[in-house]
Amino acid sequence: MAKGIRDKVAIIGMGCSRFGERWDAGPDDLMLEAFQECIKDAGIDKSDIQAGWMGVFFDEQSVGKSALPLSMALRLPNIPVTRVENLCATGTEALRGAVYAVAAGACDIAIAMGVEKLKDTGFGGLPERTKGTFEDLWLPQNTAPGGFAQLGAAYAARTRTDMADLKRAMAHISVKSHANGALNPKAHLRNPITEQQVLDARMVAYPLGLFDCAGVSDGAACAIVTTPEIARSLGKHNPVTVKALQLAPSNGVELAHGSWDGSYTLTTRIAAKRAYEEAGIQDPRAELSLIEVHDCFSVTELVVMEDLGLSPEGGAVRDVMDGFFDRDGKIPCQIDGGLKCFGHPIGATGLRMVYEIYLQLQGRAGERQLPDPRLGLTHNLGGLPNRNITSVAIIGRLEG
Amino acid sequence: MTQSPTGITGFGAYIPRLRLSRKAMAAALDWLDPNLAAQGKGERAVANWDEDSLTMAVEAARDLLAARALSPDRLVFASTTLPFQDRSNAGLIIDALGLDGGTRPADATGSLRAGTSALLSALEQTGTSLLTAADRRLARPGSVQDFTYGHGAAAVTVGSGPGVIAEFLGGHSIFRDLVDHYRAAGEAADYVLEERWARDEGYLKIVPVAVKGALSKAGISADQVDHFILPGTMAKIQATLAAKLGMRPDSVVDPLAGTVGDTGAAHALLMLADILGRTQPGRVILLVGYGQGADAILLRTTKALADFIPATGVAGWLSRRQAEDRYLKHMSFSGMVDIHFGMRAEHDKRTAHTVAYRKRDMVNGLTGGRCGSCGCVQFPRTRACVNPACGAIDTQTPVRLADEAAVVKTFTEDWLGFTPCPPLAYGNVQFANGANVMMEFTDIQAGQLSVGLPVRLVFRLKDDDEKRGFRRYFWKATPQGGA
Repeated sequence: MAKGIRDKVAIIGMGCSRFGERWDAGPDDLMLEAFQECIKDAGIDKSDIQAGWMGVFFDEQSVGKSALPLSMALRLPNIPVTRVENLCATGTEALRGAVYAVAAGACDIAIAMGVEKLKDTGFGGLPERTKGTFEDLWLPQNTAPGGFAQLGAAYAARTRTDMADLKRAMAHISVKSHANGALNPKAHLRNPITEQQVLDARMVAYPLGLFDCAGVSDGAACAIVTTPEIARSLGKHNPVTVKALQLAPSNGVELAHGSWDGSYTLTTRIAAKRAYEEAGIQDPRAELSLIEVHDCFSVTELVVMEDLGLSPEGGAVRDVMDGFFDRDGKIPCQIDGGLKCFGHPIGATGLRMVYEIYLQLQGRAGERQLPDPRLGLTHNLGGLPNRNITSVAIIGRLEG
Repeated sequence: MTQSPTGITGFGAYIPRLRLSRKAMAAALDWLDPNLAAQGKGERAVANWDEDSLTMAVEAARDLLAARALSPDRLVFASTTLPFQDRSNAGLIIDALGLDGGTRPADATGSLRAGTSALLSALEQTGTSLLTAADRRLARPGSVQDFTYGHGAAAVTVGSGPGVIAEFLGGHSIFRDLVDHYRAAGEAADYVLEERWARDEGYLKIVPVAVKGALSKAGISADQVDHFILPGTMAKIQATLAAKLGMRPDSVVDPLAGTVGDTGAAHALLMLADILGRTQPGRVILLVGYGQGADAILLRTTKALADFIPATGVAGWLSRRQAEDRYLKHMSFSGMVDIHFGMRAEHDKRTAHTVAYRKRDMVNGLTGGRCGSCGCVQFPRTRACVNPACGAIDTQTPVRLADEAAVVKTFTEDWLGFTPCPPLAYGNVQFANGANVMMEFTDIQAGQLSVGLPVRLVFRLKDDDEKRGFRRYFWKATPQGGA
């Protein structure tokens, strides 16, 4: 019986570029920016890295196919590099490759890099893409906000929540993330906003207004991983380790089986359950210190609180309005601003989340540092509620 | 009367929901020609952006079929605005209706008489025909035709036996190459000549020849005609001809000029569907089609008429109506103005035709699969059952979803995604048989969608690949019955 990934791999260095509309930088520049911070943090030489995983979603938009862009940008010494893509879970998928390689003993030190250069399209929002040759014949040419917006009406109907109350809770989520982002020098959006601003904003996709949507950003984030033993030999005491790393893709149930009611994200429920088991967590609401969830849209953050088992069924609105997920609440969520304000360069996002947990666990998060966090969770939801990939990672420290 | 009469066995119609105010049109054009104010009466039916002659023909046929199963020998589609010049338009209608492979498709075009000529041919043939006719004629903004034209469709079935609701008594057809208007291949709009000439030398001289020929063949006198159907929006043209031919003044059928407009090749059949929906058994109908000559067809309704009821019918479609007073919107839908839709409209809509062929029953007929092992109905149909408790391989048989009851499960109105008529509305639709499909909503009003709202499925344009001159169709959900 497999024992899972818990405490088999340590993160010894991380880096993250400034996120935002980086008119000044291409994907190669962004990767190098993240790497410079990461390699310095790890305290190793580039030649110590034995394998790499690179995640990018819109390859057609920026770097092209294959793992060459990472090998070329960092001038890696011809080590094996694998390019991965799994929608918005791409960054976590890159980390998963590197972590599994180390855990398998295939290499001692590996790098995971996520990057996305979105602001070379010439228009706002995410680029258009094909869904597949058959899918294009029947699925609507929806946008990301339109895909997630549907959670709103379905959640309100299931939980008998008044749409005005749901909208206020969604606004609270965005106001909180803007307040958090304002304290983060690398964040894309650093302007505090008010609940009224959110409620008055123009509609993007009902019921999502402009401030219910995450920023579309350029950026890169990376991690260098190794075994806890090597980490300690490099002077990293109580190293940050991976407690769980789970991935759950849809198999068509939400898309084509009538059992899904459209008000929750099925794969989040599955991935979270597996991750808690892998990490040995009994009561996530009591045990987690902070979380970074996939708040591509305010309504997504709201419903996944129930999917992650943090809020009781139908209780997310109350928890949000009670401030349970605010920076001074029981489980601060998006303490770095989240996708909403740190930004959402798709391929980098999963690693950016881990970056924040990594800094917080070591007390290195500057102005936004939380008091004594022990265990953090990251969550990505790639795709749409009816067809998606969820990744959940749990990060902590290993005594010794 | 023969023992086994031949005639019309069913009828249906379709009128698109948008009704453009002619007063609003005239007001938008008062700078161009103040005299157009005279045209500013009533309203005309205009197709939504995702409707063309083919989709309207499908709706008219579905109006006729209601829930009736039918396997006609032929399906004819008459239109002067066929979406494809080389691809069987009628064949696509067969697929959309889910008719079995035995029905032979035929497109009929080239004249405004295409509908009545196809009907006459069907009446003179043996076997059963499903005849659809539809037109979505475009006209230049500011032209009289943009006021008088309307968009719509009609359908009739032809056969023999006890199901005949209007018996064929006789018909006559003549041809004259009188070019009072024409549309050359590849042109968007008609070129139209002086109305006085078209009336005096055309209608008033040509129609009587066809009508007299039909009356003579049928052995019917003009004053026996109860319903005189003649499309045309020229002032008093029907009454003038009725008087000239000796028909009673009350025989003149309203050409629907004030509510629909002239629907081209469909119009005679649309007027016929209107009359069949409100007349009595034993009435004589004279149906005339005009255009480079004329067709005249005589019919007598039978007792079976009372047993035939279309799903919605002309009166139903007339009341399913949304007033529209934005002329610019109509011009954009017609392609007469090039509205800026932003860069998202540049998205490449190339079709993989190999895939479209493999999946043709699913896309054209909204046909999913029912698992023979667990009974789960699903779309798309695949080799492996989607039910997580089943997963059986190669157990699914085709099941058509297009006529199933369904409700809105999730929805959004998306102002970011491209559509020629924002917002792009879509969501998950839950079918009563258990299937779930994420699809577009069409013909909705802002704020109309809600979880649990009953919807019906309609065959519509999905998108236009302007780069390659191809258009794709798929099914969309629309609020049931609602305006």
